[in-house]
Amino acid sequence: MSAVSEQDVSSPAPPAAPIANERKRLSLDWLGVMPFIIFAVLFLIWPTIYLIAGAFQDSQGNLTLTNIVNLFQPSIMDAYWISIKISLASAILGAAIGFCVAAAVTLGGLPAWIRSPLMTFSGVASNFAGVPLAFAFLATLGRTGLVTTFLYNVFGFNLYGHGFNLLSFWGLTITYLYFQIPLMILIITPALDGLKKEWKEAALILGATGPQYWRMVAFPILWPALLGTILLLFANSFGAIATAYALTGSSLSIVPIVLFAQIRGDVLQDPHLGYALAFGMIVITGVSNGIYIWMRARSERWLK
Amino acid sequence: MKTNRFWSWIALAFGIIYFVVPLIGTLEFSLRMRRGVYSFDAYWVILSDPRFQATFGYSIVMALVTIIVGIVLVVPTAYWVRLRLPGWRPFLEFITLLPLVIPAIVVVFGYIRLYNTSSFLPLTGSAMGTNLLLVFGYTMLALPYMYRAVDTGLGAIDIRTMTEAAESLGASRLKIMWSVILPNVLVAVLSGAFLTFAIVIGEFTMAALLNRPAFGPFLQLIGANRAYEPAALAVISFAITWVCMGLIQVVTRLNKSLAATKR
Repeated sequence: MSAVSEQDVSSPAPPAAPIANERKRLSLDWLGVMPFIIFAVLFLIWPTIYLIAGAFQDSQGNLTLTNIVNLFQPSIMDAYWISIKISLASAILGAAIGFCVAAAVTLGGLPAWIRSPLMTFSGVASNFAGVPLAFAFLATLGRTGLVTTFLYNVFGFNLYGHGFNLLSFWGLTITYLYFQIPLMILIITPALDGLKKEWKEAALILGATGPQYWRMVAFPILWPALLGTILLLFANSFGAIATAYALTGSSLSIVPIVLFAQIRGDVLQDPHLGYALAFGMIVITGVSNGIYIWMRARSERWLK
Repeated sequence: MKTNRFWSWIALAFGIIYFVVPLIGTLEFSLRMRRGVYSFDAYWVILSDPRFQATFGYSIVMALVTIIVGIVLVVPTAYWVRLRLPGWRPFLEFITLLPLVIPAIVVVFGYIRLYNTSSFLPLTGSAMGTNLLLVFGYTMLALPYMYRAVDTGLGAIDIRTMTEAAESLGASRLKIMWSVILPNVLVAVLSGAFLTFAIVIGEFTMAALLNRPAFGPFLQLIGANRAYEPAALAVISFAITWVCMGLIQVVTRLNKSLAATKR
């Protein structure tokens, strides 16, 4: 303890001096984080690696690419494709709508008191996912839901007669938007706050119009944050299963539902194909999250 | 500027409608059980269902145990890393972000294969072992939120000086942890705890795949078989989430006003 603490008394948050470093390397300080590391390895990292390794093995344990190749059969490709479509649609729409709402509250000249309740509510709504969310939308847009009956009784418009179905691509997308939009508001509001007033004033003094300011100043600064958040929203809905399962049972075969059925009853007749399915999910969410982190690092350069 | 404000109101109104209409729809639907009049029948049916009481109680216990495990795991680690191993911080932050990257269904699939009855650690072999595995799974799910909250809380206080002061008074490490660090990051810990509670209470995927009698799978079961009760359950769940988030706001604000009066 002594060597480290003595020099730290003078400065409360010191950059570790070389001597202290030398000592640390010899000390047993790293033991202090071992419980945490062991936990993370046992219940997060190892199970994941086990599945990834399984994706590249056959049932005898030999290395093979057969499982990955088997992913490219029509039924599984369809599942990935519809998952990607739903996640992409809900991410892009969620980002667009969330951006408009956040921009309205931060820059649009609305009364300042709106902001705090909106942020609190976004915190709640972005956590209101899973099975209850499916119930809420069934009660609202289901066949006897509030909006469906309202449209029919007041305007004589039969929503389901016009091809709408809650248990479909658009139905699931609209449902997912319920947590995607608030998540976007929560993430993008700080970025919008980071846009300095001076930039807008400078642009306007130089003769820029409002749209020009957005196109040539604000947007170039914001786009890493925007694109990054879209990817985060994408990964967020790609891994979600509870809402879809409660809403559609197994009638809409998105990847998590196929994997769920596989784990429960081995419907693919091959556990290693299940590993490959999981591996595909990790690759997709991993890549989109990786780009998100990278984009965020980029956007922080300006928005500080 | 006028038109600008007009569009702002439109955007906000759209947002509000999108979020309020499903809530009204759910509430209205949940009251429709008795034909012709609004009643709380659906709520009575649900609340008096013994399966509701059993699963809800089970999930509350799971949530509380998860919170305790999370605190015991995260607070000392985050403290130690800030105090002694600042170089490890990016690495630990990366690990705590992983649960957001790896879908829960993938992790639990790994659990089932790795901790089955023929493995070195046959956790799924007994009910107690599976409960334990579920708690660890939940701890992992809540890790990103818990760690971030605690780490930010630790950043706001001078842990170095506090630790040295306590050490020079002869306090043991456990004592420092319990009566110096923990009280000072209590608000952050509580925020993380409420968020954990909100996540665990209705969690479906892990509980269903590990075959535990939790509230999430019960919700799904009711949803598949009943008409009005699911809406009542959705209202109850939304109220729980709302209470958890509200409590986070309350403790944060309380702390701020306390800090202000101290000054």
